Amino acid sequence: MLVASEYGLVVEFGTTISPEINMLAQRLTRLLNMKRIEGIIEVVPTYRSVMVNFDPLCITRSDLSEFIWQILSEIKVRDIERLPPRIVHVPVCYGGVLGPDLDFVARYTGLSTQEVIKIHTSKPYLVYMLGFTPGFPYLGGLPDRIAVPRQEKPRAKIPEGSVGIGGNQTGFYPVESPGEWRLIGRTPVKAFNPKNTNPFLFSAGDYLHFININIDEYFRIRREVEMGTYIPDVSSMGIEGEG
Amino acid sequence: MITVIHQGHFTTIQDEGRWGYQAYGMPSAGAMDRYSCRVANLLVGNKINAAVIEMTMFGASFKFDEEQLVAVCGADMQGRLNDAPISNWSSFLVPKRGEIKFASATTGYRTYLAVRGGVDVPVVLESRSTYTRARVGGYEGRALQQGDVLYVGQDGAFQVHTQNLESQYIPQYGEQINLRVLLGPQDNMFTPEAISTFFESVYTITDQSDRIGYRLKGPRIMHTGKADIVSDAVCLGAIQIPANGMPVIMTADHPTTDGFAKLGSVIRADLSILAQARPGGTIRFRCIGEQEAIEALKHEKQCYISITKLCQDG
Repeated sequence: MLVASEYGLVVEFGTTISPEINMLAQRLTRLLNMKRIEGIIEVVPTYRSVMVNFDPLCITRSDLSEFIWQILSEIKVRDIERLPPRIVHVPVCYGGVLGPDLDFVARYTGLSTQEVIKIHTSKPYLVYMLGFTPGFPYLGGLPDRIAVPRQEKPRAKIPEGSVGIGGNQTGFYPVESPGEWRLIGRTPVKAFNPKNTNPFLFSAGDYLHFININIDEYFRIRREVEMGTYIPDVSSMGIEGEG
Repeated sequence: MITVIHQGHFTTIQDEGRWGYQAYGMPSAGAMDRYSCRVANLLVGNKINAAVIEMTMFGASFKFDEEQLVAVCGADMQGRLNDAPISNWSSFLVPKRGEIKFASATTGYRTYLAVRGGVDVPVVLESRSTYTRARVGGYEGRALQQGDVLYVGQDGAFQVHTQNLESQYIPQYGEQINLRVLLGPQDNMFTPEAISTFFESVYTITDQSDRIGYRLKGPRIMHTGKADIVSDAVCLGAIQIPANGMPVIMTADHPTTDGFAKLGSVIRADLSILAQARPGGTIRFRCIGEQEAIEALKHEKQCYISITKLCQDG
């Protein structure tokens, strides 16, 4: 356990990206949220750790640590109360003005643009954590064949919904922000919509599956999203422990 | 109703912040200077989490439709009520059709205007704080503009009288500040020499400093190995050291996760001092233990209790 501040405690499970380490972080988060301990302000799971923000005038670090140790021992004992993972299907219109770097990715990898799209949509990616901007999913498991270097100079403004690849990471930008990923497409779906009862499309531990759609479908779904009638396609058909 | 006559430089609605959503990538936002924000609320008898107006360096001006009890705390922006000077760190009545006008800050950087009942903008994810990057909260998720109309809430918590705050509760803002720091969580990624350099040097606040973070300039802090880590959570006040060795202090709108090593964090009680520091100002850091950080929080809490009592007694 590490000190992040007088009101922050970090439980670190490892220093690398792996589905096993991430699963421990998510399980601890879920248990901490379930137990509703007085003095805990919020729990933030990441790739490899959990940050607990607490009020030190309400609960001491040593009491909190003891509590966390206890929960950690429970995790080992009962092992996996395995919820089937949710797969959120995210429609993407690839290439053209919505994905200006698709040609670059094809050239760089020696693939055709169709092959890049096929590989990008070939499997669901684990949502390791959310961060950076509201609703932004950190995904793992991009096939090496389509990994490309980030842009050296970040773009100042990347439009909301842009889907990109940077190094061996992929994902999409839920709000307009600066960024250095190569943009290969755009989704009409909002990962963050403050008008919804649950404003966030993903939770850590979900899977995200990109689906190839054409420009007509893109605009049709975008209209539905704007009118509030779009229902994201979510399934829970079992993928076990993939990363 | 309060109408924005002039918008100032970067004027937003803030409260205590949006806590509980960092797991979804949502920064806490909230008032940069929590102390001034809370005291302004207490002076008008609000709950401490009522929404206030935060102004940065150059103040805004407002016209009031109705008589209102207001308070002004933080940087001195030479406020005037119907052209007569008002005193900072005080509460006073603005008459019907009164106009409050602020100029530029003479000392400090951010000024808080509280109105009895709080500024009534919609609550988004349990807070009224503006987070402009995602266009969330406050007034349409953005900084105020000329012509915007603000409504005033009804939720005054207790009766108060107009008054000036006792001087012992009024902080002094200077060009040089001292901030207390708790080491962690990645202080082991720096050499002992790098850590001593950090605590023995003077850092200058660059003009690349805003509600997201304060970027500093000074002697480089060297990492023992790489500068980056597999992204983890960032807490308010964290001191990140990117590859260029120049510290960045994470403030209200900071990203919730990031991939740079963090040497330590500025203690919560001192973030209000930082919030009032301007680009060009200098910082010295002092390494402290956890107990001192908690004592500072207790002291701050005691101040709020005493101020509440003073306000209620009149």
